[in-house]
Amino acid sequence: MKMKNLLFPLLLLGLVPPLAAKGVYEAPAAFLADAFEGAPPTPAVIWLTGAKRKAVTQILQHKPDRLRIRYWARAGRSAWILEEIGKEKPITVGVVIDDGRISRIRVLVFRESRGDEVRHAFFTRQFERAGLAPGNRLDRPIDGISGATLSVRALTKLARVALYLDHQRTAP
Amino acid sequence: MKTRKPPIALALSLMLASPLAAQADTDLKAEVERLKAQNREILERLDATAELLESGRAGQPVGTTEAGPHDHAMPTTGSMRQRTFGIHGRTGSTLIGGYGEMHYNNLEQKDSGSPKSDKKAMDFHRFILFMGHEFSERIRFWSELEVEHAYLNDNNDGSGDTAPGEVSVEQAFLEFDLNDNTSARAGILLIPVGFINETHEPPTFYGVERNNVAKNIIPTTWREGGAGLTGRFGQGFSYDLLVHTGLKTSGSSNYAVRKGRTGVGAAPADNLAVTARLNWVGMPGLLVGGAVQRQTDITQGTDANAGAATLLSGHFSWQTGPFQLLGVYATWSLDGSGPATAGADRQTGWYVEPSWKVTPKFGVFARYSTWDNQVNSGTDTAYSQRDIGFNYWPHENVVLKFDYQDQSTPTGSAEYDGINLGVGYMF
Repeated sequence: MKMKNLLFPLLLLGLVPPLAAKGVYEAPAAFLADAFEGAPPTPAVIWLTGAKRKAVTQILQHKPDRLRIRYWARAGRSAWILEEIGKEKPITVGVVIDDGRISRIRVLVFRESRGDEVRHAFFTRQFERAGLAPGNRLDRPIDGISGATLSVRALTKLARVALYLDHQRTAP
Repeated sequence: MKTRKPPIALALSLMLASPLAAQADTDLKAEVERLKAQNREILERLDATAELLESGRAGQPVGTTEAGPHDHAMPTTGSMRQRTFGIHGRTGSTLIGGYGEMHYNNLEQKDSGSPKSDKKAMDFHRFILFMGHEFSERIRFWSELEVEHAYLNDNNDGSGDTAPGEVSVEQAFLEFDLNDNTSARAGILLIPVGFINETHEPPTFYGVERNNVAKNIIPTTWREGGAGLTGRFGQGFSYDLLVHTGLKTSGSSNYAVRKGRTGVGAAPADNLAVTARLNWVGMPGLLVGGAVQRQTDITQGTDANAGAATLLSGHFSWQTGPFQLLGVYATWSLDGSGPATAGADRQTGWYVEPSWKVTPKFGVFARYSTWDNQVNSGTDTAYSQRDIGFNYWPHENVVLKFDYQDQSTPTGSAEYDGINLGVGYMF
């Protein structure tokens, strides 16, 4: 196999225009504006202390390195912008919850080199109307994507964290 | 006897008490305001402490951190640098990880013409350390250093052989992001065929031992020295295209592909190979893909009776809810009279594996696999194996495994049936 016969197709493929597998898909500010009809409320903060820290640790399977989580809430709606590492780098995800159920989940920023398939609507659509089941699990199964297992795992964890914290926010 | 205050004394007392009460009320209000201010300051200090802890930059004044793309995000974990990469050297950051697995095999030998020899062994089969370094946002290095079978020992017989283990570099490559969708790699690369060759951390697959199709037909762990591109396009398509060193089989081993691995140790590069793979994951739970490899001489010019070889492979994985079904098919075509005489001009294998994740921590599986490295020999050379077992994950990155295997082998070949136990981890 002659090397020169192989270089041309390799170079050609390298020049294929990018389809933005890595990058910012939606600015967090735009996500929030969209969630609250252009006027996001002032952010509030929930502290990850005591039982809340234990529960989030159990969901993530590791300790969160944040003491506080910021969120935006008005009436029965809350919006959360969270990050979790898939394999190597954090994936930024926006979650909107209406009355305890996910109404929207979006991958806002993807920095990993693999697993970006989780950004597609065919995947995120599975989370819509998902609520919290006993054990802080989702009340429905999420079908994975082979080759994107760690990204799927990260998004599922963040959906659970958002639902759990929303429940804590509204708990008496 | 009761005494009664004269009305005039009472009036005097009230006159004196009113200013005192007013003074006390004023003092109380001042104290409340002071406590409120103190409480505000404590909360501000608490926020500042949290900022400092979360920034991971103790010693740097709060507020001097540059605003970044995470302005709105409140990470539940730190960035890679915060969590796993330490500042290393003058630039960049370094990641360390690894995986490993220990096996217990209790297998009974059956149906063999040779003396009976059961396999009862405890083996720390693999101990792997990952090391990666990120030079910049677009250039990084990744490697895996492996110790198999726990240790090396010079036999002191002059042969230079060591037993029973092996130390090898399983991967070591530089990756360059050409754009957001395409990366180039160069170094020791895993050949992108099937599932197990690239993704073989113990918690990611069922069964204690890697299946035999991914051992004898796709010679896992199969790595070659070379360069290539990996990228993605459209709705869920991804590709890999590599130019790399090839296998070096020989007639003495009936051209079995597994015996042809060079491990990229001064590997002959007279006759390069090219591998292309395409995957599609356009709907949740489904992956469909295929790979093709062509090399111009599978003996690297050492056998005049052998020549080019082509590998064709297909794979799929379908998951719905807790159920998963995956399968792999791979077949080699070897040119030349040498492989044809041995019947090794066709080497084929496939397996299917249904599994059910009963709970997030417990899953059961079954597998049927069959492989034959001398399909055209005219004699019975096909092997098959049935496995059933379970995985238990006490943590998502830790697994305990059990399986039972039942083999069918060609007449005169050893058949091993029995149980396997394993523990594995990755981090």
